Formats: sequence, structure tokens, C-alpha cells
Amino acid sequence: MATTGTRRVNWGRRIAIAIPFLWLLAFFLAPFLIVLKISVSQPTIAMPPYLPTWDSWEAITGHLSNLDFSNYEFLFSDPLYLNSYLNSLKIAGISTLIALLVGYPVAYGIARSSPNWRATLLMLVILPFWTSFLIRVYAWIGILKTEGVLNNFLLWTGIIAEPLTIHFTPTAVYIGIVYSYLPFMILPLYASLEKLDLSLLEAASDLGAKPVIAFWRITVPLSMPGIAAGCFLVFIPAVGEFVIPELLGGSSTQMIGRTLWSEFFQNRDWPIASAVAVLLLLILVVPIVIFQRIAKRGVTG
Amino acid sequence: MKKGPGWFLKISMFVGFAFLYAPIIILIIYSFNASKLVTVWGGFSTHWYGSLWHNQGLMDAAKVSAMVAVASSTLATILGVLAGYSLARVPEFFGRTLFSGMVLAPLVMPEVITGLSLLLSFIAISLDRGFLTIVIAHATFSMCYVAVVVQARLAGFDTSVEEAAQDLGAKPATVFFRITLPLIAPAVAAGWLLSFTLSLDDLVIASFASGPGSTTLPMKIFSSVRLGVTPEINAIATILIGFVATGTVIYSLMLKRAVAQRIRIEQAMRG
Repeated sequence: MATTGTRRVNWGRRIAIAIPFLWLLAFFLAPFLIVLKISVSQPTIAMPPYLPTWDSWEAITGHLSNLDFSNYEFLFSDPLYLNSYLNSLKIAGISTLIALLVGYPVAYGIARSSPNWRATLLMLVILPFWTSFLIRVYAWIGILKTEGVLNNFLLWTGIIAEPLTIHFTPTAVYIGIVYSYLPFMILPLYASLEKLDLSLLEAASDLGAKPVIAFWRITVPLSMPGIAAGCFLVFIPAVGEFVIPELLGGSSTQMIGRTLWSEFFQNRDWPIASAVAVLLLLILVVPIVIFQRIAKRGVTG
Repeated sequence: MKKGPGWFLKISMFVGFAFLYAPIIILIIYSFNASKLVTVWGGFSTHWYGSLWHNQGLMDAAKVSAMVAVASSTLATILGVLAGYSLARVPEFFGRTLFSGMVLAPLVMPEVITGLSLLLSFIAISLDRGFLTIVIAHATFSMCYVAVVVQARLAGFDTSVEEAAQDLGAKPATVFFRITLPLIAPAVAAGWLLSFTLSLDDLVIASFASGPGSTTLPMKIFSSVRLGVTPEINAIATILIGFVATGTVIYSLMLKRAVAQRIRIEQAMRG
């Protein structure tokens, strides 16, 4: 009886594991291998527009012997791609820093609020994150345009005499990224600041430390896991961002997500688009692995 | 030392929340603007909500989006519950590291890469792009969110209740459906809601995975936004925001009930 019971457990569990496992293998891992494969193919004017097509195992193994890295050579020879990569890293990095500076006091404030207030304030942080991303980015167009709400307001108050040009500049992209990803920064920061033992700060102040010193020497180091998680959660998706630079950035702010999009949808150059995707992934692998370590520690610890 | 936030933190919180909410509030206000010029106030009107009904393209896209969201979030919930259960309750199995990596990776993967790779694989297996491919694409990334939520909730319960049921002779399937599933029900519901909003919101992955005749609402909104801000888009955006706000309130009420239920169960177990 006991043995059949155990065996049944194993079978049930095996199926429970196998279904999502196979699904992810088929629709997450295999697609990457296909991207990798197409990134070493040649473009052609046909459907699908790349050669050789992938119709049999022999074709794959045969193809392995004459891999073609010209797409990657092309990426490195044309400054357009290198500039988009560097620009993406720069914009994502600066936005992450701004989001940290804006998000930290907000998260700290929530953590220091009374427990009744905390739930409401946290809900207020989460609510915009559930609201359509596209719509929140779109909302900024109406504000930042030359004849938009912000300029109208500033002209009305007399602070400026000429409307500011913000829409279609890098500034608009920074505003858009910080705005869209701020909840991702605040939530992990809050999670680690909430655990902070206030008696440590009291002890520091009793021993004569000024609040600023106590903050730098105690609060900041103890909230480091939250800072790290928040920064990765903002930085990683921001590097590959497409919607924000497309709607707010104009032609001057080229980011890699946009380059990939236009290679694919406008130039219909699938091998180059795939090579761009592979390189983007390579750049993100290190931060993603570090982030997963942090996330795992968060789940188990 | 004071326990509450000081004036600096209070001002920061005020500025932070104003920054988070001002754009949404301005958008909602201007959706009731009578003027066709989006930035000039021409009096209160619900005109643009009425004209939404006559915008056939937008209504069709909304219908596609709603159907995709229901189908993909249901599929994602089934897959995500199984994945979350496996990760929380089976400490060792072949390929566990790969599996948990595949569950976490889509959460941080750039959407352009997910979209591109799915599209290329749909073409490789000659699957016609349309409703089905968008559902598969959305279910794939949503299931990871469901798995994380379910895993976190299961990690909060020890296995003693499940073991007790098994010791009393319940079959594993019975244990799962009678004990485990009711325990994680709030997480399952939350996961479904999250998947639903993720699907309703997605532009990039849907753009890659869709084919002719299956334009989702975000795709439709995106193509009209490119041509400029229109009051009609403000109106549909306001409706969507209303939807999400309602969903979030329901979700947080469910979480509250879940916490209460958990406390009751723990008390009952202590006797």
C-alpha cells in the first residue's frame, strides 16, 4: 500500500513538473536557440527571409560546420549598432541612479510610517505598476509636448517666456524610464528598509552620531540588498526598452531595443535583428545572473 | 528619536506620489475635454467616450485583447501553478536548476528579445501567426509571474497538513485538490489577475507574435499615438485605468482575506 502510494506521488509529481518544464523548453529555450541559429545565417529575399532554412536535423548539423559570423562582424563595423548599445547602457544606468535617488526617500518614508498607513501607501506604489505601461508613457506626451500641459503651465506662471523643448529629447526618455520603473525601485527598497531595527539608529544617536552619519553608516549598508535588487529591476529592462525611446525620445535617442525593432520590422533583416538580440542578451547575462542570485536568496532566506 | 517619518521624508513621499500620479490624473481630466485640441481645455464633455463606440478598429482590437487576455491568463495560471508547486514542493528533480532559471528569466528578459525569439520559432514550426500565437506568447511570460507568486505562497506553508492528509490515506491528487489548491487559492486568483493585466498591457511581444487580422488594443493605441495625442485615446486609456484600479482593489481585498484565512488555519492547527 505504502509503495503504491509513493509511486503514485512520483507519477503525479512527474506530470506536474513535466508540463510547465516542456512548455518552457518549447517556448522559451528553443526560441533562443533558433535566434542564435538565425543570427549566423544570411539574409535573403524569400519567405522566411533568411538562408538556409531549418527543415531537418541534417541541415542543422551540416550548417554547424560552416557557421557564418558576418552578421556579428557587420554589427561591430557599423558605429550605429555600437552607439545604440552604449547609449542604451548609459541611459539605463543614469535612469537607474535617478530612480534610486527619487525612490529611496519614498521607500524610507513608507517604512517609517505607521502600520495602518503603510498598507495604503504600498498599494499606491503598486497601483500605477498595474496600470498600462503604454498608457503611462503616452500620458507624458501630453505633458511634455511643446504645446503640452507643462509648457502651458510654466508659460502661464511666467517662469519661462518661450516653451521648453523636452519631448523628443533624451531628457524625456529619462523622465519616462524613471517614471515607469519607479515602483520596481521602491518595492525592494521598502522590503529591506522595513526590516531595519530602529534601535540601531537610536544607539548611534546616543553615542553621538549625527543623523546624516547614522544614515550613511547604518541605514544605507543595511538596505544594500534592497538597493541592489531595485537597481537591477530598473536597469535590466531599461536597457532593452523600446516603447519609451520610441514615443518620447525622437530620432536622436537611439536605444538598442529600437534598433532591433527597426531592423526587424522596417529593414526586414532577420539575421541582423537576431545578432542584435544575441549581443543584447550577452550584455545582460551578467546582471541577470546576479539578479537571480539575489532573488533566490530573497525567496529562501 | 521620533519613530514616524521626518519632514524631509514626508516631502519626498509627497513629491514621489505626485510624480507617480500627476500624469495619470492629467490624462483622465483631458479625456473629458470637449475640445479636439488635447492640450486646450474646452469644457467638460463625455463626447469622446461616445465616439469610442463608433471607432470600429478600436472596438475590434479591444475584443481581440479581451479574448487573448482571458485565454492566455487561464493557460498561464494552470502552467504557473504546476511550476510553482514543483519548485516549492519537489526539492530535487532532473534539471531543477535549468527549470528554476527558465521560470525567473522571462521576468527580466527584454521584451524585444522574447518577442523576436517567439516569432522566429513560430515561423520555424510553420505556425500561422494570429490569435493562437499571441495566446502562447502571453501565457509563456505570464506563467512565470504566476509561478513566482504561487511558490512564494507555498513556501509560507509547511507541508504538515498535506502530509497529515496523506498519512490518513488520501491520494496525492486528492491532497492537491482538497488541501494544497484551497491553501494557495488567493495566490492563484492573484496570479490570474496579474496575467490578465500583463496580457492586456503588452505591446512589444504581441506586435511580434500577431498576424494580419489579430491586432490587439495596445497595438492599435500605439499606432494612433505615433500619429499624435487624441482625446479618444485618452478616453480608452481612462476606461483601462478604471478596469485596473478595480482589479487592484479586488486583489488587495483578496490578499487581506488570505492573510485572515491563514491566521485562522494556523490557530486551528495549534488547536
